[in-house]
Formats: sequence, C-alpha cells, structure tokens
Amino acid sequence: MASANSKKINLKLKVWRQKTRADAGRFEEISAPEIPVDASFLEMMDIVNNRLIKEGRDPIAFDHDCREGICGSCSMVINGNPHGPERGTATCQLHMRKFHDGQEIVVEPFRATAFPVIKDLSVDRTAFDRIIASGGYISVNTGNAPDANALPVPKEKADDAFNSATCIGCGACVAACANSSAMLFVSAKVNHLAVLPQGEPERERRVLRMMQTMEEAGFGNCSNTGACSLACPKEISFENIARMNSEYMKASVKRRD
Amino acid sequence: MKLDSKAPSGPISEKWSKHKFEMKLVNPANKRKHTVIVVGTGLAGASASATMAELGYNVVTLCMHESPRRAHSIAAQGGINAAKNYQNDGDSVYRLFYDTIKGGDFRARESNVHRLAEISPNIIDQCVAQGVPFAREYGGTLTNRSFGGAQVSRTFYARGQTGQQLLIGAYQAMMRQVDAGGVKLFTRREVMDIVLVDGVARGVLARNLVTGELESYAADAVILATGGYGNVFFHSTNAKMSNTTAIWRAHRRGAAFANPCFTQIHPTCIPHSGDYQSKLTLMSESLRNDGRCWVPKTPGDRRPPEQIPDDERDYFLERVYPSFGNLAPRDVASRQAKFRVDEGRGVGPTNVAVYLDFRDAIKRLGEKVVSERYGNLFDIYEKITGDNPYKVPMRIYPAVHYTMGGLWVDYNLMSTIPGLHVLGEANFSDHGANRLGASALMQGLADGYFVIPYTIGHYLAGTKLPKVDTQHDAFRAARAEIQGGIDRLMALKGSRTVDDFHRALGTIMWDKVGMSRTDAGLKQAIQEIQTLRSEFYEDVRISGDKSYINPELEKAGRVADFLELGELMARDALERKESCGGHFREEYQTPDNEALRDDENFCHVAAWEYSGQPGRTNWNRHIEPLSFENVKLATRSYK
Ligand SMILES: Cc1cc2nc3c(=O)[nH]c(=O)nc-3n(C[C@H](O)[C@H](O)[C@H](O)COP(=O)(O)OP(=O)(O)OC[C@H]3O[C@@H](n4cnc5c(N)ncnc54)[C@H](O)[C@@H]3O)c2cc1C
Ligand code: SF4
Ligand code: FES
Repeated sequence: MASANSKKINLKLKVWRQKTRADAGRFEEISAPEIPVDASFLEMMDIVNNRLIKEGRDPIAFDHDCREGICGSCSMVINGNPHGPERGTATCQLHMRKFHDGQEIVVEPFRATAFPVIKDLSVDRTAFDRIIASGGYISVNTGNAPDANALPVPKEKADDAFNSATCIGCGACVAACANSSAMLFVSAKVNHLAVLPQGEPERERRVLRMMQTMEEAGFGNCSNTGACSLACPKEISFENIARMNSEYMKASVKRRD
Repeated sequence: MKLDSKAPSGPISEKWSKHKFEMKLVNPANKRKHTVIVVGTGLAGASASATMAELGYNVVTLCMHESPRRAHSIAAQGGINAAKNYQNDGDSVYRLFYDTIKGGDFRARESNVHRLAEISPNIIDQCVAQGVPFAREYGGTLTNRSFGGAQVSRTFYARGQTGQQLLIGAYQAMMRQVDAGGVKLFTRREVMDIVLVDGVARGVLARNLVTGELESYAADAVILATGGYGNVFFHSTNAKMSNTTAIWRAHRRGAAFANPCFTQIHPTCIPHSGDYQSKLTLMSESLRNDGRCWVPKTPGDRRPPEQIPDDERDYFLERVYPSFGNLAPRDVASRQAKFRVDEGRGVGPTNVAVYLDFRDAIKRLGEKVVSERYGNLFDIYEKITGDNPYKVPMRIYPAVHYTMGGLWVDYNLMSTIPGLHVLGEANFSDHGANRLGASALMQGLADGYFVIPYTIGHYLAGTKLPKVDTQHDAFRAARAEIQGGIDRLMALKGSRTVDDFHRALGTIMWDKVGMSRTDAGLKQAIQEIQTLRSEFYEDVRISGDKSYINPELEKAGRVADFLELGELMARDALERKESCGGHFREEYQTPDNEALRDDENFCHVAAWEYSGQPGRTNWNRHIEPLSFENVKLATRSYK
C-alpha cells in the first residue's frame, strides 16, 4: 500500500528494564532514530523492538491490545506522566507528533505496591479484578430480568452512570497518585452502580466491601491532590471520590445501627 | 465426517421452545460435580462462565489477557440489535430473523438465526438489570438508532462504547461468581491445544504467559469463545492479540472449520497511512446514519474537499442505492468504495480513501447534537489523523473487521469434536456470508447467556464421561508436542522478525484473498503462502527466553497458525465459485457489479476437515446443505 510521506524525528529513550518480578530492574538507554511523527507511541515502541530483535537483544515487554484507548491494557509512565503528556489520552492514542526531534523520553511502568512489575513495562493489576469481585456488580442471575423499559431511568441519571462507567480500569490514577490510591477507580464503579435504581439494593454492601478490598490490596489513602483525574485517559471526574466518601459514610452509619 | 445440524423439526418459531423442552437436564445437585472449561472472556465467554456458574456448574475460565475485561469485545462501538420494537416502527422477531438471513446473503442456517432473533429481547433486559447504561430518552425509556442493512431502528447503544459497557456487565457478573467460588479464573494463560480422550474433548493445555510453563486443565466439556481471526490480514480493526490459535489447534484435532473465506470488510475505517502502522481503527458504522459518503466526480480532482461544489461530488451510495443510501450493508458499501478508488477518484494523501462528510448533518442538527451522537468517534479520528471532522470531512476506507467463518457447530453449538463447544465470533453459526452491524454483540451474548447454559446440560446429561485427570497420557502427549513446537521455534535464530512474516502474509491476503478475489489470484496466494510458511520455519528470529514474558514467542505461535489458516481461506474462496456477501469473485458478478450468487451449486456451508501431516497441509471439503423454508431465496437488493 502507498505510504504518505511522514516527517521523521530522532529520539533518545531511557526505558525501565526488569526481567522478572524478582529482578531489581534498571534504566537502559536505547536510541530511537527515524521515528515517523504520524506513528503512535506504541508503534514507536514496535519499531524499537524490531531493531532490538534483529540485534539479538531482548525486546521491551509492554501490555497493549486494542490500541484505541478502550481496553485499558497499555500502561506506561512517559516523562513522569502516566499515559504521557496529552490530557484524556491513553498511551496507545498518543502520537509522536507530540514530541520533538532530539527529545529524551523516559519510559517507566506504572508503579505501586499493589501493581508489581512482572517484566519491563508490564505490571500485575489483578488487584483491580479482586476489587470488582468483592462487590462491583449488581447481583442478578441470568434470566431474572424484567422488561428493560419496565423501570424508567431519567436520562440525566443514565448519563451520569455512563460517565463513571467509561473507566477502562487502566490504573493510571493509581500510578499518578503520591499515595498509590485507587479511589478514582473504585469510586467510578461505586457511583456508576449507585445512581441507577437497579443498583440500589446492594448500595451499602457494595461500597463497604469494595473499600475494604481496596485497603487490603495495599492501595494508599486519598489526600485530595486530584492528580488521578488529570492522568485519567477517560477524564473520570474527581468529584466521584467525594461522592463515594459520602456513600461510604452513610453506609457505615447504617451498618452500625 | 458427518455434519448433522441437529436443527429441531417443526415450525421455525417453535423450534427453540420445543428443543428446550426436549433437552435433557442435569439435576441441581449433580451440576456441581461437572467441570466445564471456558476459554475466553469476551462477551461470549464471560456471559457463559457467569451463567453456568449461577446454575451450579464448576467453571474453569482461562484468558490470555491480563484481566478478563480486556477481551477484544471491549472495543465494539456502535451497538447491539434486539427485536424489541420499542420504536413501534414495525420491528419483530421475524423481521430481525429475515434481515439477518438476507443480510447474510442466504448462507446461514435458518434455525440458528431465528433462535438468535427470539433471544435478542432477553439480552437487553438482562444487560439493563446488570446496570449497563444504555442511551435513554428524557422520559427514561431506552433509545435506538439504525444500522446498515435494516429499515427499522433496533440498535441499542451506550454512546460509542457499547461493547465496553456490555463486556463490563458480563465481566462483573462473572467476577461475582469468582468471588462466590463458582468460577476459577486463570488469566495470562494462552490455550495451545485441546486434549481429546477417546475422541472426546476433555481438557486443554495452556501456556502460563508469565512463567512460560505449560499447564494442563481437565474437564467434562470444553468451550471455546476465543473471538475472530481477522488478524490473519495483519492489518485489521481487531485488537493486536486477537488470533486463531485455540480454534486452529482444535481444527487440527478434528473440528471442522466452516466457511473460512467469509470475511467482513468494514467500509468505515481510518485509512492506512504508513509502513509503521500496526492496526486500522474502525469508525463506527453508526456514523453512516448522518454522514454522507462521496468522492469527486472527476478522476484526479485534487482540490481540498471544501472547494469541490456539490454538483461536482458523487454521493455514490445514495446514487447507486436510493432506498438504503448511506445505510447499505457493509459488504456492499465497502465494494462501492473500492470501485471509486479503482476509478481513480480516491481522496487524501494516498488516494486510497473516500470522504464521509458531516457538513449537512451539522447544518441540520447543530454541532452539539452531532457531538452528542458521535463525539468520542470524532475525537478518536482527530487523535489519529490530526484532522478535525467537524471542519474537514473524514477520510475512510474499508478494512478487515470480522470473520463470519469459524469452527462448524451444530444447533447445540457443539463442534465436530464431541464435548467441544464454540461460541461467539469463533464459531460460524449465524451470519452467513455477511454480518449485519450490531449483530455480533447480540450473538456473543445470546450464545453465552441463553444458549450454552441449556445445551451444555443436555450434553453432560446424555454422555458417559469416564473420570479423566491431567495425569492421563493424552495430556502428557499434548504437552510434549507443544513443548517440542516451542523449542523448535526458539532454536531457529533466523534473520526475520515475526512481524515481518505477519506483514508479508497480510499483504498476500489483502491483495488476493481480500475484497475481491479471482481464480488466478487465489491459486497464486496459495503458493505464496506455502512458500512464506517454509521460510518462516527456516528464518524466523525470536529473541528473549521462553521462561518469562515473551511477546515475540507468543506472536510466533499465532503467526504460525495464521500461515496455515490463510491457505485454507484461499482454498475455500477458490472452491466457492460464486459471489455472496463478503465473498466477491470477480468472475461472478452482474453487469452492474453486484454479487452473483449460485444457489444451484453453492447453497451450502463448506466445512473443512484437516487431513494434513506434519509439515504438509491438506484438507477434505464437506458440505452442509442449507434449505430456506421461511425466507425465500432471492437476490439481495438494496436499491
Ligand atoms: C473495532 C470493532 C468494533 C466492533 N463494533 C461492533 C458493534 O458495534 N456491534 C457488534 O455487534 N459487533 C461489533 N464488533 C464485533 C464484536 O465486537 C466481536 O465480534 C465480538 O465482541 C467478539 O466477542 P467474542 O466473545 O466472540 O470474542 P472476544 O471478545 O474477541 O474475546 C476473545 C477472548 O478469548 C481469549 N483468547 C483468545 N485466544 C485465546 C487463547 N488461545 N487462549 C486463551 N484465551 C484466548 C481472549 O483473551 C479473550 O478473552 C466490533 C468489532 C471490532 C473489531
Ligand atoms: S479512573 Fe481513569 S485512570 Fe483510573 S483506572 Fe479508570 S480510566 Fe484508568
Ligand atoms: S492498548 Fe487498549 S487502551 Fe491502550
């Protein structure tokens, strides 16, 4: 297929290399010459990897899949920013036209005690699955549902729920937080389900259990800096956290009664 | 090989109820004694795992992703069909059934398609109960949009993120069962083989992608829900890890592969821009509700779009298909775009694109409404191309998107290997030669929530299953074979990367087994693929080690399978001497370039049986005749 003439730039990468979970890890300097500016950040990594392979070196491992900002797999800290410098953008949607010729780029994995590195830029985020398993759902067995229009949901509520539900579970909020708190992720799920009438019956149990699992998994506390929301590729609103705190308070009080 | 569809007798609208009544049941106390393996956690796998665990089965679920929620279903944008008739516009189960049969160009089994349409309303009910935030009207009821190939509004959606919301619903239902102990979940596991004992599927062999170890899992039945194989073309709208490995290894163990050449090329994707490109991004078909496709009337007109006045534009879909216009089905719309480019009227820097223009929609509805409907798609487009579609028309071009072919299954979703069931995009069942938009999500969830939970019970209750564990010789043999294959690949230390081979295969496939196919081209493709495959086994280079995360090794295994599948697709396309749906043979077309079906000779499913030996591929072609008792065989027309 024909290829458009894309401008090219030369970059210097400093990439975190770590063979296994047990390995100590270190930065490695790798040059990335002649990178087309229309390539995405991950395509830049592909180009670098293909060169490493041809030289018989171990390519850089990183998680990715959809490459359209929706699966939540990609997880790099680029020059100190989870998912890089562009707001509301996952690493896979970031394009090299945002960088300039000769620039040095530091690439690290998402770092948090609850997200151990398993190789290079790849981390273990199963703690998020455990949080969902502990209450991030509505208990309704298949076959039990009434007609979908039986219970009207005001458009505003549906939109509100949707906005929280767009979280892709990437963990950038945790990586951005000085305390490695998972509050933005947890609150997005809590609010998605709390605003819907279908979520009402389990409202209290849900927030209590999810918060408990979050703490047990080793995530830190929220100190209200808002860094999470700024790093979030889906721009999940910081307000979710305050709303969850109030859900949590109400639920704890009720449970004590 | 016998292909018994097991479709129940009786009137079409009663088949499924009758079958549900006649199927054997497993009593509640016995369910927990049965272990069922589910491979894949997309819509099909997650919904099946959740529902079977709710029923009391012991479910073991594996996926190659880091989390079940990352399955490729997450990326579906546009929506999900259901015959709810909430819009009061004349929709019905029968109409959805009819549209799907016709849309599939009469190459799908009527009984399965009718069941799908019947189940569709329950899916929406289930998802809403789980908290899936579908789009709603101010009055609080659900809203709908239209999709290609239909004249009613029956598509439910959650902005441009329908797949995400449906998958999260199914994932949450499944995680609830993980917490309750009904589902044992194993992530970052790639299934490399299906283990047969006495000809019956009794387990799988998986590679732990973190440690590199091979692990054995035994069960009473195995379900594959591993998605589609569009990545055989290298460039497609599929996620990068989507692959054919699990179904291909099952095929090599005896599961027939049906209609492998039926590939859907989606008309609205962001065009290819350079050699570094790793995938193509879909722009949802829902955009064709309000966007208008055009090219300049004059070949070689290089003026920027805003300088081309209306009377010098060719709104080609509206011109050729006045009644469906921009909403013509995918195969039809894709081919029209290709024709325009072949005529030298393509646009953009590569001349391999057409415009999808929102100027009139913005004039009619205002920017706010357009942004509410398509905002996130416009953002994706701008991020990738650097152009703002509110100002400049989008450039789009067809790309490989979906594979209608897959493992052959009967009405119970069982393959030709007893005990091996196949759900979702991995099977061939419901879409014939072309899938209608918003019908894959419907099928995945129908299979997982509402079909397999019944039919698996029928299988387990009616089959004698001697005790088998992972110490059985069949597991040892499979393990030795897989280990040998991995060692062989690692030892090659050749000079070309896995991606090099994959791209080369993709080029052959796109040029000769893509949007239009010829006898000579297909024959050439088969030879070229065979040559490429032998080069692969001499010259591929995988660096790194097999005992820790090694994406190159993972990709190599997948590409090795694609290199065989590609050949089978070409053979299937060569043997199918007709044009139907997504399969367009240049030799078989009407004077105005429409597909020319041959119902006399090809009104059947082609199911291929693997009969190759190590190092040599070979297949036997079998057929399942299709009969149309309800929808009359007719030439598909969207004019
Ligand atoms: C960009 C895009 C947009 C789409 N939009 C729509 C839409 O709007 N409406 C619609 O109806 N359809 C749409 N489709 C089609 C639809 O999304 C898919 O057909 C459907 O989601 C497939 O679901 P699935 O459950 O069969 O497989 P997938 O979701 O692909 O899941 C496959 C699962 O199998 C696992 N897996 C695969 N191989 C292995 C292995 N060897 N070992 C272990 N695990 C394995 C994966 O980890 C994953 O969990 C779209 C498709 C694309 C590409
Ligand atoms: S809240 Fe945002 S940053 Fe955190 S996991 Fe969700 S999408 Fe990622
Ligand atoms: S690769 Fe899927 S979100 Fe980035």
